[in-house]
Amino acid sequence: MSKILIIAEHVNGQRQPAVYHCVMAAKQLGDDIKVLAVEANVTAENAAAYIAKLANGYTHILAPANTFGKNILPRLSGLLDAPMLSDITEIHDAATFSRPIYAGNAFTKVKIKSKQVLLTIRPTAFEADKTEPEVEKIQITEDLGLSKFVKLEAHTSDRPDLTTADIVISGGRGLQSKENFAMLERIADKLNAAVGASRAAVDAGFVPNDYQVGQTGKIVAPKLYIAVGISGAIQHLAGMKDSKTIVAINKDPDAPIFEIADYSLVADLFKVLPELEEKL
Amino acid sequence: MNILIPIKRVIDYKVPVRVKPDHSGVVTENIKMSMNPFDEIALEEAIRLKEKGIASQLTAVTIGTQACQDILRHAYALGVDQAMLLETDKSLEPLAIGNILKAIADKTDAQLIIMGKQAIDDDNNQAGQILAAKLGWAQACFASEVNIEGDSATVVREVDGGLETLKLQLPAVITTDLRLNEPRLAKLPDIMKAKSKTIEIIPVSDLGIDLPEQIEILETTPPKPRAKGQMVGSVDELLEKLRDLM
Ligand SMILES: Cc1cc2nc3c(=O)[nH]c(=O)nc-3n(C[C@H](O)[C@H](O)[C@H](O)COP(=O)(O)OP(=O)(O)OC[C@H]3O[C@@H](n4cnc5c(N)ncnc54)[C@H](O)[C@@H]3O)c2cc1C
Repeated sequence: MSKILIIAEHVNGQRQPAVYHCVMAAKQLGDDIKVLAVEANVTAENAAAYIAKLANGYTHILAPANTFGKNILPRLSGLLDAPMLSDITEIHDAATFSRPIYAGNAFTKVKIKSKQVLLTIRPTAFEADKTEPEVEKIQITEDLGLSKFVKLEAHTSDRPDLTTADIVISGGRGLQSKENFAMLERIADKLNAAVGASRAAVDAGFVPNDYQVGQTGKIVAPKLYIAVGISGAIQHLAGMKDSKTIVAINKDPDAPIFEIADYSLVADLFKVLPELEEKL
Repeated sequence: MNILIPIKRVIDYKVPVRVKPDHSGVVTENIKMSMNPFDEIALEEAIRLKEKGIASQLTAVTIGTQACQDILRHAYALGVDQAMLLETDKSLEPLAIGNILKAIADKTDAQLIIMGKQAIDDDNNQAGQILAAKLGWAQACFASEVNIEGDSATVVREVDGGLETLKLQLPAVITTDLRLNEPRLAKLPDIMKAKSKTIEIIPVSDLGIDLPEQIEILETTPPKPRAKGQMVGSVDELLEKLRDLM
């Protein structure tokens, strides 16, 4: 019988939506599910040490495959000496799972031989569960003294969250500047869309780091993904190719992004964006 | 301060990866292999700490076959003082990697371990955190800025919500994100000199370390292909196609 523990993230007491996707995944494993919430500013060292003490008896310990889960869960794996699988996209049975490797250019199906396994769940691969799970907030009082949270420079916006938005419009190096990104933002606001970016756009300082979509950024799978001035490197595709409909706007007809796009528009984005804004 | 930099040899990030027809893995024969890009960033950060006089001895270590000597030579060319190959033909699980690296951290008397946040082959993003747990050290993952002052490190981390700053007590494990630095290129004379440097080779089996085998790989398959798309000639045509979606 499976006994499942989900580690959920709370930010200032607020539930983060990834937990609903973890619950959906957990339900495929069994119905004995407990959800523990950890505040985002608790250090991984303290959180993992606390959870390790109560982990005995759980067959599966789940966390979302985002920077929260990726920080804590492997540490817990090291403390418990229980194997961990990252970024689960499919659950076949209580011991058999699939996950992407090589930036999603291959999938591997693996079978676990241990009594306990830790899993990070890729939120886009599991629908959000519709029920509100009962959540136990943990109060971590013991401080190992290894590290201290100093601050979070949060980038706040009124737009929908990148990982849960129905529509995402992303810009790449082709946008050329921070000022030009404002064109995308105005269109995003008309569509109630989130704004994303390629690594090149983040590196160039057009937008903050938390906009990055890709193998090493956020994984998104909206109903509609619009890529503007993005070439379509495999590392970027890894973060968005499960979107339902993909639109690519690029002036280079050979850009690899067109190979996965449902609708391809070969054009200069500086002509297309103003026209789009006007016609929406 | 001694710094340990664990590195991994992976299929070069520019090479398109293909799954073998029998689904037993991905094609690696005659394919360009390189140092994992995140590990190059880790090496660069360690080298800069040495240049600032903060680090004294830099050790690069990799776990794998004899073929992995090429990335160790590359590490020598960039400026490490010592390179070690923990030799094995097996593909080891993250917990086994953690056990081995812990032993090497002890052996090299490391106070700081800087490593890539993930290897771009398995995309696990686990080894650094597992190692920190096994050592009982502080950890800062996905670093985009590192400052060492005395026996503490202030690290800015790239998290989903923005940028988080942590203050760590050393010894610690730091895993690197893409924006930590831009790795330098090795200079030709240094590449030549690196050819004659000694790589310490230790068979993993000689370490007498527990190497858990709890994950059985059943098959490796290609991703599901997407349906073929179509070209649109104008913004109007695009909006027409998207009418139901927006
Ligand atoms: C380890 C590693 C991890 C990485 N992780 C990520 C990741 O998570 N996410 C990510 O995005 N990248 C990642 N990358 C980087 C990736 O390899 C690419 O370098 C990056 O995605 C390129 O961004 P880009 O498409 O914006 O830029 P470019 O490749 O420079 O493409 C710009 C595009 O804009 C088009 N363009 C220019 N001007 C116009 C115009 N006026 N009108 C229309 N089109 C125009 C060009 O034709 C071109 O196709 C990673 C790389 C490595 C090595």
